[in-house]
Amino acid sequence: MKVLRYGLMALAVTLFAAGCAKTVKPVTAPVATTAVPASTAPATSTVAAPVQTQLSPLDDPNNILYKKVVYFDFDKSNIKPEFLDLLTAHAKYLIANPNQKIRIEGYTDERGTWEYNIALGDRRAQSVRRFLLFQGVNPDQISTVSYGEAHAVCNEHNEGCWSQNRRAVLVYLNQ
Amino acid sequence: MWRRFLLIVGLALFPLSASHAVLEIQITKGVSTAVPVAIVPFAWQVQGPVPNTDVAAVIGADLTRSGRFKAIPVKSMLEKPSEASAINFTNWRILAVNDLVIGRIKPAGNGNYQVEFQLFNVYTGQQLLGLSVLTTPQGLRWTAHKISDLIYQKLTGQRGAFATRIAYVEVSGKAGKDSHYALVVADSDGANPQTIFDSNEPIMSPAWSPDGKYLTYVSFENQRPAIYWQNIYTGRRELLSERPGLNSAPAFSPDGRSIALVLSSSPGNPDIYVMNLSTHALRRITHSDAIDTEPVWSPDGHSLYFTSDRGGSPQIYKLSLNGGKPQRITFDGSYNAQARISPDGQILAMVHRESGQLHIAVMNLSTGSLLTLTNGDLDKSPSFAPNGSMIIYEATYHNQGVLEEVSVDGQVHERLSESQSGVSLHAPVWGPFLSQ
Repeated sequence: MKVLRYGLMALAVTLFAAGCAKTVKPVTAPVATTAVPASTAPATSTVAAPVQTQLSPLDDPNNILYKKVVYFDFDKSNIKPEFLDLLTAHAKYLIANPNQKIRIEGYTDERGTWEYNIALGDRRAQSVRRFLLFQGVNPDQISTVSYGEAHAVCNEHNEGCWSQNRRAVLVYLNQ
Repeated sequence: MWRRFLLIVGLALFPLSASHAVLEIQITKGVSTAVPVAIVPFAWQVQGPVPNTDVAAVIGADLTRSGRFKAIPVKSMLEKPSEASAINFTNWRILAVNDLVIGRIKPAGNGNYQVEFQLFNVYTGQQLLGLSVLTTPQGLRWTAHKISDLIYQKLTGQRGAFATRIAYVEVSGKAGKDSHYALVVADSDGANPQTIFDSNEPIMSPAWSPDGKYLTYVSFENQRPAIYWQNIYTGRRELLSERPGLNSAPAFSPDGRSIALVLSSSPGNPDIYVMNLSTHALRRITHSDAIDTEPVWSPDGHSLYFTSDRGGSPQIYKLSLNGGKPQRITFDGSYNAQARISPDGQILAMVHRESGQLHIAVMNLSTGSLLTLTNGDLDKSPSFAPNGSMIIYEATYHNQGVLEEVSVDGQVHERLSESQSGVSLHAPVWGPFLSQ
């Protein structure tokens, strides 16, 4: 999929301006990319000896990268300050692992119409994407999808659930 | 003197399955002015077993569901005539019944039935209607809805919308990604529910074609949104749009030749487009940096109503397809979305947020006055009956998604719920009048 590339300065200006973040204009200066061969799937060992695997930081509960969800306020799509460290860590990981691709999934709570929520979830996914691009992640590593209020993780009709559902999830695609 | 109708055949959809429980209808708020009517069980004059469909009961339930009438119970009837000559109108006057329907079902050759019925005014004894309908055995229930339409029109002057269909999305299973989605088509009373498409990924935004033959909808079956349209009779389906970003909120034009839809004009910027269904050519309609979504056509096809947050909060706008600037329509409250226009173009229904709750509201487009019709927490996805009398919408009841209906004056409320627990119903859309 062809992904538009954004200038870093334009992003810096608009990143935290919730609600008007779409004034970003594509510019011609591309973000530096390196041609990297596609990663191969991990080979299955045919040896009887136990396979020594090092726990990926993404799967290590003691590593900040273990967390892959950021949460949003009602009707908002700006990234809250408490998630900046988490997203910065993911950005560094993605820069260090240029073959790694992620899909950012945007979600909302149920307090809106299905179609408006699709647009709001998309805005949340785009906020996270822009933050990662600003940190220097290659746009080709990132795709986004909005599910709106579908795939809720919590199905009760109260703020306790709603706050868990208003989220963007970083899904690592080729772990 | 009988007027004869064309053969009503069993309406065979192309279902994936028909294993759903029939929706249960409960009238949650009626009107005291509902007119009492009596629908006498139709005499069965065919050799062979009595069919499952009780034609008189279907007609009685239809008329009662409109809120305008109240069918009296069979057990309180003092006589059960099936011929005009056998009616003693005194027996109906003492029950304060206004109108009386009698009928009989006769063999018509080739296994078909002739359904004859007559409508009488109890006080004058005058016959208001007398018709004969030819039907297949499978078409018997649909014939009953057709008879309801004719009786309703005779008594109210407004065309009935009982012989119509609804479509909705049924979600079952646990929270998160273990849910299962089904796109279901049913008769307007929830009978004959048939799944026409199902998926483990979300299905959203179903919309009817003006001839009632097609549904367009959004499916996430490939882990990303795409817009399809599907013939509900043949099952044939075709991909219309799977572009990067959003593919959302499709809506057929009144002439059935185009759909309005929402695409990302650039990452994160949803705008409204119109697609020609023959050529798939796209025309961009809105050009804002805001969210523009939920397009719906005016009945004349010249304008689109849509939701936009270009003014800071989601509100409804109208845009002429011949050019010009969008005109803001709603000003009352901080969240007005999902506009739907009544068939006569006079009333705009919407989702209106009040004190954090979502209600269905209607706006008189001539005067601008707003009337909130419902008082649930999460009422959304309004859709007009094709005669404009009722609005079907999704609501939450006992932690479950249900369908509800409300009359446009807010007087009559009813609920259609799935008896199975853990099954939620969403995004109902009421189909058009059908030629048969």
